[in-house]
Amino acid sequence: MKREPPRRLADYGPIAFPALLLLVFFVVPFGTMIAVSFFRRQQGGFYTPDFVFANYERFLSAFFGHVLGLSLLLAVVVALCAVAMAFPFTYLLSRQSRRVQTGWLIALLSVLSLSEVIIGFAWSTLLSRTAGITQVLAALGLMAEPAALFPGYGAVLTGMVYQALPYAILVLYPALVRLDPTLLEAARTLGASPLRAFFDVIVPALRSAIVATLIMVFVFALGSYLLPQILGRPQHWTLSVLITDQAIYQSNMPFAAAMAVFLVLMSLALVGLTLLAGRRRGS
Amino acid sequence: MSGLELRGLRKRFGPITVVDDVQLNVPHGSFVCLLGPSGCGKTTLLRMIAGLEDPSEGAIVLDGEDITAQPTHRRNFGMVFQSLALFPHLSVGQNITYPLRIRGAPRDEQRRRACELLKLVQLPGFEDRSIDQLSGGQRQRVAIARALALKPRLFLLDEPLSALDAKLREAMQLELRQLQQQLGITTIVVTHDQREAMTMADLVVVMGGGRIRQAAPPVEIYRRPADAFVADFIGSTNLLPLQADGRGGASAFGQPLHEIRVPAGSNGAVLSIRPEDVQLTAAHEGMLQGRVSFVRDLGATVETFVDVAGQRIVAVSTPRARTLLRPGDAVGVRLPAESCVVLPP
Repeated sequence: MKREPPRRLADYGPIAFPALLLLVFFVVPFGTMIAVSFFRRQQGGFYTPDFVFANYERFLSAFFGHVLGLSLLLAVVVALCAVAMAFPFTYLLSRQSRRVQTGWLIALLSVLSLSEVIIGFAWSTLLSRTAGITQVLAALGLMAEPAALFPGYGAVLTGMVYQALPYAILVLYPALVRLDPTLLEAARTLGASPLRAFFDVIVPALRSAIVATLIMVFVFALGSYLLPQILGRPQHWTLSVLITDQAIYQSNMPFAAAMAVFLVLMSLALVGLTLLAGRRRGS
Repeated sequence: MSGLELRGLRKRFGPITVVDDVQLNVPHGSFVCLLGPSGCGKTTLLRMIAGLEDPSEGAIVLDGEDITAQPTHRRNFGMVFQSLALFPHLSVGQNITYPLRIRGAPRDEQRRRACELLKLVQLPGFEDRSIDQLSGGQRQRVAIARALALKPRLFLLDEPLSALDAKLREAMQLELRQLQQQLGITTIVVTHDQREAMTMADLVVVMGGGRIRQAAPPVEIYRRPADAFVADFIGSTNLLPLQADGRGGASAFGQPLHEIRVPAGSNGAVLSIRPEDVQLTAAHEGMLQGRVSFVRDLGATVETFVDVAGQRIVAVSTPRARTLLRPGDAVGVRLPAESCVVLPP
């Protein structure tokens, strides 16, 4: 099929509908949010149109800075953990027979069908003192006595990595299946041990797939809202939780909007940096 | 003994035996082609030699040392893959010096060796190019240079030229042979192209159904094939069923062939004769009588298809000896005894 660049206005017809949807349901609300972030808050009420920086100023306090840092750090750690686990797993999976691969992929897809609430409560039970895995460990003599592993940072991390892992595997899978298996064999005939060949050849050959997965999981984890509340203490709550708190319970729409804009800008900056680093190493 | 020795090598994948009881001696410094149709086990055999597949049975011995259980990365064999398997994230120079880097060779030695190898494969100054800037033939040369970087004990190539166009392939065959002779390195090439094998090899190993059918120098394979499979696979040939009379004489299609002898006591055999050895004569002369069914004039050669009692015999001649035969003409066929090979049925 020959593809020509669109010339007349009518040639753009086919994308008019999606473009309209994008405009109405994404660009307009996002623009509204940016506008609201500069509005003045009415004490005990709603807000009035204005152009003030008070909302951003308030955000630049130590408390909110700390929460922002924590949210970003959590998302980065989740992304790194998920990719570190998903990559070797997917690599081994891609070397299995078709039947085994299909079985695993179906199992992974079924994990995706679980709601975040179910995942949260399942992990809170598994990590509890009374009914959790520490009971099993204690019974096996591996632990002196059962202990509660939640709420805590580790519990939040576990739940979020669990939730992100299937996505990471499904994004990495096509790239790993398409990878030429003789690359690894060539490295081995040239004197690289299997482990060395994996890190020298497989990982760099799939750098762009790995970067894409890191970014996807990072963005995914940044918006996490439920799991930190179910599995963490208030000091582990992410910015998303605080935004909801301000918007709904404190009725401070301008401040919530300012925080949301800031979060978007920070994550865009981080994604940009990652891409830049990836490209520089590639050239 | 010096060289590579394969002792009773066997490879099974589940219930299927892919390589079956392979015995082979490859003298040091020789050039061997493993030749056969696809699925004959030749690539699996090469992969076993490289250590990429474990043999189900048998032993691989190199210069008197049993290396069957040695892992690939300790064998120091250079291998060129069919896909070439060049590392896309590394430059030409980095690809070639990868094995040196693994062994922690100093930088200036790496640079010197890369320069030397690129000169050897006639790509001087290509160190800093990236792999996707290269043509197919250039990639081929880089893969060869990389495989030779460590002065390997054995040089293995799996269908190395199959991705190249016909002209380049012929040129690379000669080049590869010259390179091998210059370095004196024991080389094993897998190929399904018999011309390629004839061009390059000291020893052609014809494989079929997982077994070695014949291992001999190229001309001998062509002139004295061991069985009908080899005769048919190497070049084109006419295979005629022979009836034995029990006293060493033979006949074909009920017509006696006076000069052909079959082993006494056998009750049948196959006669193989190359098309260029078949002579056509006037009707009622020669040994067999037939009728011309088709004439293909290719300019340089003329192929005449003769139908003898339902069996097709092809004769190839040069235009100088062109007789004006047309489909339907009756002809005699002479099979010179010195060009005929009698094979077991």
